[in-house]
Amino acid sequence: MTEPLLSIRDLCVDYVTDRGPVRAVDRVSLEVDRGEILGIAGESGSGKSTLAQALLRILPAPAVISGGEVHFEGRDLLSLTENELRALRWKRISMVFQSAMDALNPVTTVGEQIIDTLHAHSTITAGAARARAGDLLEMVGINRGSLDAYAHQLSGGMRQRLGIAIALALEPSLVILDEPTTALDVIVEREILEHIRALQRQLGFAVLFITHDLSRMLQFSDRVAIFYAARLVEVAPAAELRRAARHPYTQGLLRAFPSVHGGAVELTSIPGAPPSLENPPTGCRFHPRCERAVDLCRECSPELRQLAPGHSAACHLAE
Amino acid sequence: MRFLLRRLGFYLLSAWVALTINFLLPRLMPGDPATALFARFRGRLGPEAMQALRETFGLTEAPLLSQYVTYLGHVLRGDLGISVAYFPSPVSAVIGTGLVWTVFLAGSAVAISFAIGTLLGLAAAWWRRGWMDTWLPSTLVFIGAFPYFWLAMVALYVFGFGLGWFPLGHAYADDLTPSFSATFFADVARHAALPVATMVLATLGGWLLSMRNTMITVLGSDYVNLARAKGLAPSRVALRYAARNALLPSVTGLGMALGFVLGGSLLTEIVFSYPGQGYLLVQAVRNQDYPLMQGIFLVITLAVLGANWLVDLAYLWLDPRIRESAS
Amino acid sequence: MAQTSGVSAWWGAIRRDRKATSGAVLLALFALIGIAGPWLVGDPQALVGIPLQPPSLQHWLGTTGQGQDVLAQLVVGTRVSLAIGFAVGLVVVLVGAFVGITAGYFGGRVDGLLSLLFNVFLVIPGLPLAIVIAAYLPSGPLTLGLVLIVTGWAWNARVLRAQTLSQRQRDFVAAAIVTGESDFRIITREILPTMTSLLVAQVIGSTVYAIGAQVGLEFLGLGDVSAVTWGTNLYWAQNDSALLTGAWWTFAPTGLCVALVGFGLTMLNSGFDEITNPRLQLERAWRAHLFARGHKATRSTPVVVDHD
Repeated sequence: MTEPLLSIRDLCVDYVTDRGPVRAVDRVSLEVDRGEILGIAGESGSGKSTLAQALLRILPAPAVISGGEVHFEGRDLLSLTENELRALRWKRISMVFQSAMDALNPVTTVGEQIIDTLHAHSTITAGAARARAGDLLEMVGINRGSLDAYAHQLSGGMRQRLGIAIALALEPSLVILDEPTTALDVIVEREILEHIRALQRQLGFAVLFITHDLSRMLQFSDRVAIFYAARLVEVAPAAELRRAARHPYTQGLLRAFPSVHGGAVELTSIPGAPPSLENPPTGCRFHPRCERAVDLCRECSPELRQLAPGHSAACHLAE
Repeated sequence: MRFLLRRLGFYLLSAWVALTINFLLPRLMPGDPATALFARFRGRLGPEAMQALRETFGLTEAPLLSQYVTYLGHVLRGDLGISVAYFPSPVSAVIGTGLVWTVFLAGSAVAISFAIGTLLGLAAAWWRRGWMDTWLPSTLVFIGAFPYFWLAMVALYVFGFGLGWFPLGHAYADDLTPSFSATFFADVARHAALPVATMVLATLGGWLLSMRNTMITVLGSDYVNLARAKGLAPSRVALRYAARNALLPSVTGLGMALGFVLGGSLLTEIVFSYPGQGYLLVQAVRNQDYPLMQGIFLVITLAVLGANWLVDLAYLWLDPRIRESAS
Repeated sequence: MAQTSGVSAWWGAIRRDRKATSGAVLLALFALIGIAGPWLVGDPQALVGIPLQPPSLQHWLGTTGQGQDVLAQLVVGTRVSLAIGFAVGLVVVLVGAFVGITAGYFGGRVDGLLSLLFNVFLVIPGLPLAIVIAAYLPSGPLTLGLVLIVTGWAWNARVLRAQTLSQRQRDFVAAAIVTGESDFRIITREILPTMTSLLVAQVIGSTVYAIGAQVGLEFLGLGDVSAVTWGTNLYWAQNDSALLTGAWWTFAPTGLCVALVGFGLTMLNSGFDEITNPRLQLERAWRAHLFARGHKATRSTPVVVDHD
């Protein structure tokens, strides 16, 4: 068994506010293997984006990593110096942000934003950098001439693809996609995801795919992790999760996404709302909304238990 | 390009409003303007002067509209009337002598203050806890709370009168004749040092805070976060990604503050007896020299409008989103 | 616990923020001087001593070029200068609010016209305009007030229009329109309450402007030079060649007072800054947390593990 590319163990991330620290990521443990696509699903505010940005340690104040370990390609990310982090960023791990419009510098050209990345991490000549930038654009299906365009001149879909091109500029081994298609319409969304999958097969990078759209994620990922209220509640291969989810929350999510194929099914939603992270429920955080909750659920926090090969869930009642 | 033309149109409109205000004001005085003026100046002006005054304001027997047209015609030809205090010099001649000095003084002060203030604001936002972010802004804001001309008075008293490091007034030494020589320029600089320094000090705080606050907001944006995630050098993130964007609102603020800064510079000129529009203005007020007063108002307004247009040009260059008018 | 507007939020902000508290104290002091001061000093116009005397025990701030007591002039001038300043500040915001909110709410041609109006008044330089208008009117506080209002209202109109525009897009306004509320009620009941802290900040800022501009105009001789105000004090100081005779006490204290009041008002406003711009205070608790554990604030997310 080869060592995983990324190994997260009991990671905790807090936001330090006037009223004390709020835990946005609570003892999360995950592994990502080389070349695999791991999807992370959860509602807004559940902590998934925080987790993603914490890996690169680009979470702005008032965030603090308050516990756990993160190992990437054998290196401890949490103990790296500023310079080491800067060298590692983008070269080994890169990211595609949610809203590509906001993530692009409005006053410099598109080309410059690709080229400065190349210059920051290698001793490449200006001419070669420009050529490579052009190649990257073509790789994602954008005309080479757009190198001299500005962000506001591109369409939403183009900007997202540009984000992907920038992310792949240095051929990293891990690409984090943080809600990469939320702002786009479904047809463009599908095209882009197909494109990413094709590139992934071609270049062999691993993908951490973060989204709130469970059905999209199931189609796209190899394995899936479900986030609820800052905690990981279930991890399983995608096909298995769809077929046999064990955690009540996951089951509730799946019931809310009926398949387009098949007969008519009654749509059910999960009652209640996700808890505030400032004052989470005791024990299992899902228990106030769970139809199967018992006293134990309120008293004791369930840990992630392996229930089948590669399939774990954090529920006292699952088996 | 359409942006520039639209702005130009706006400035032309504003100039027209200023002209119209100039036209209407004497007519808003209670009673017949001609009689009122005559009453005020009787005994001080000869009949030729009175006639010239009447003509300046177009206070003829003609209907209002034709007076207005005549007036506009005069102004467009550069005829701003005859000065009362400097009779029989035309207003345009009187103003002309002082305009260069006002533009020089105010222009230098604004340029220097904006440049330094913006740089300090950038630094304050980047290194949040440095002295630049703690006591410097408050100190500069405190200094900026003093009236410009009061600071000028203090500076003149301490450095001119007290320590004798700088001359006590005027734009250049009385025994020098203006020429394109190094000695002349050096002398001009010496005379301008104190007035410019006081104006810079008075306005520095504003630019610093404005740039600092904008930078802080920009530093929290997604594109700066992405720049960091890309592993770019901090200097590049700070300058090319953050500062370059934070500069835009500051430049807009510059345009809006020009008129205000100019007012302050006029008052500063008075303290230093600097031979600019400020000095002329005070003379005009004291002598109730309405033609001169209104002429100065007009000229200063046009200067500010022109400066605003230059700022618009700068903004166009800085912000590519404005460049395409019709994309 | 945190409220976004309302009197208690301001009171809390003033108490919490050191700058705002010192500003409030400073202003209270000057208000006291303005209200009670004149009864404690003599007639400022009286000729009480030899002209241009430096500060002494009889005359704490010395005498003017005419032989009047500088301290008395300063204290009596406080009342008028502050009163006019605050009154103008208030009116300027009222006028600006009326124009700005109307423009922002109704949009279309009304907005186009009103925006053009205040933009023109913003770009025409204020001091020269003020001088030209004031020169034609009889000197006195009314003229001064009028001229200050004419040159000062446009800025507030612009800011409040922008705010109204953004509020107008909000859902609760759309809901109110759909349920048939009249425009007037929507503006006063729905939109205006969201802007209270902004309006207060505007009044404070406009008062700073009014005091400064007032002093400037009076320095030029456009106020009533026979009245006793801060500005006319400076006018007479300049007139009597204070600088050339070295009589710094005739102008220094007045300028200092203007600055202190302006500074105090600005500090008060900075307390509100934090309410309107939460980003500025976001890092405070975070830095304290790091500092307490011996960490420095780093650009990258810090790793701070509490071992307990």
